[in-house]
Amino acid sequence: MRLRARTAAEPDPYSYGSRHYDLVKEFVIALGAVTALALVLAAAFSSPDRKPVTIAAWAQADPADFTATALAELDGTSPTAGYGPPYNTASTGQRLGPIALAEAAGVTHPIATAQAFVLTPLEAVPQSPAVQQAVGSYVSASAARQAAWTGAYSDALTAAGGDPAKVGRGGYGPVPTLLDRLADQARSGSLDSQLMSEQGFYNTDYTLPLLFLADGSYLAADARGQHLAGDQWGMMNEVGDYPGQTWLAPYTFWYQIAPYDSSGNGDALVWGTMGVLGAAFVLVPFIPGLRSVPRLIPVYRVIWHRHYARQAAAPPGPPN
Amino acid sequence: MTDQLVEKPTAAVSPEGGGWTGALRRRVERTLPLDKLMADRQPSYVASWIYVFGVLTLTALCVVTASGIALAVKGPSWWHVSGFGHYLNSVHLWAVELLMTFMSIHLVGKFFMAAWRGRRALTWITGAVAFGACAFTALTGYLIQQNFESQWIATQAKDGLNAIGVGAYFDVMNFGQMVLWHVALLPLAVGVVVLGHIVLVRRHGVVPPPAPREAARPPRTEAS
Repeated sequence: MRLRARTAAEPDPYSYGSRHYDLVKEFVIALGAVTALALVLAAAFSSPDRKPVTIAAWAQADPADFTATALAELDGTSPTAGYGPPYNTASTGQRLGPIALAEAAGVTHPIATAQAFVLTPLEAVPQSPAVQQAVGSYVSASAARQAAWTGAYSDALTAAGGDPAKVGRGGYGPVPTLLDRLADQARSGSLDSQLMSEQGFYNTDYTLPLLFLADGSYLAADARGQHLAGDQWGMMNEVGDYPGQTWLAPYTFWYQIAPYDSSGNGDALVWGTMGVLGAAFVLVPFIPGLRSVPRLIPVYRVIWHRHYARQAAAPPGPPN
Repeated sequence: MTDQLVEKPTAAVSPEGGGWTGALRRRVERTLPLDKLMADRQPSYVASWIYVFGVLTLTALCVVTASGIALAVKGPSWWHVSGFGHYLNSVHLWAVELLMTFMSIHLVGKFFMAAWRGRRALTWITGAVAFGACAFTALTGYLIQQNFESQWIATQAKDGLNAIGVGAYFDVMNFGQMVLWHVALLPLAVGVVVLGHIVLVRRHGVVPPPAPREAARPPRTEAS
């Protein structure tokens, strides 16, 4: 009974009058037009395919950045080393007010940066006795001793302008030997495949090489040159002049303004904001005020201007 | 248990009864009769260019699907080494751009028509969810391009998803996982939502213009 009453309260769209309409014909014509448009756009503008950055290219083009990044992975000061969940427990991850979703989800992809990015790749291939001894002495040293070596080498690298070749003698222990050999492996291209093979023969997970690349500044500088950086509306852009994911503008917008652009919990804040806005978008029909916007901004009068003109010319109007 | 055999000629369906099958058939016939699903007349007020964007969105989705299937046949790396593959990838890309453009215009139009009126709230909701699902599917498409852009988008997107715990299970740097989401799971989700949206549109019909006195008050919804 209730259903009938509610159904009866709604006007039948066809009670306003109707005209002939060929649904299938309209669909076929639209399909042909859109297909033709896509084919023409593809032929005219193609699609971007900029080659990926390899660790080999990075180590060859910017050896100072590569060495500084490898050192940061070794001494646990890289962004990944201090990331927190899902990679490690170095921090609790971002929070949305009192809600710590990252921490609640936990460490599901454990990464010990010194082992994953430096020691395992060195141990995975035959090495000279000097390198074997360097690996052995670093692994067997205490954490304090390791920190003293890496700290001293970091200071020396900074003083030398990042160029390992200009670093003088000092108490760095085996660190220069380890990083020099890792740089050799990187330049030869073997480090790319070693980081992929750490998880087995069949592997499609690029988390390790991508995190290593992202910890350096080479990839980010390249992206900035392609107007892809976070403060350049980030990943909604596409290389070159391609339109990219413009529909992500409501998401990337928040990264351009305070406090999202400077907060340590910026990503969580953006997602929290987008969660609220997304729910409002989906639930517009139930939100007082928001659902009245079409009435307050009567664009519908433009859309249905013929209907209203016909109604004004020939009353009475449609049944309600 | 088997019913007793009837020897004389009968129809394929029973007007009443028929068990769960009969009940489901009658429900479908009642909910979405063929004359509503494939009507050959439309209400007189459907006379604006804005209505074209619904069918344009749907046909763009068809082109996206067809070009995506063609790319899937030869695998995710093929388009990097084949001129024709690159062209197909370009068709896929531009079809996605058209899809999202048409869908955005369609959504804006429907918003200003207050198209949720008259027990059509679920139609709006499925449309809005379809937009989000398509955007998310497109993101995974960008992630599996295997080029510079994939690298950059993956390293950026991970921070947002990790911040809300999703990254623990949905790793945008895991190419294999993203391929499966892009070509199987998300298209399935988009397909179901879009199908539901179309069924609701056909069932309830195109929302009528508000009457003058109706325009003076908030549009009616299922909730009001």
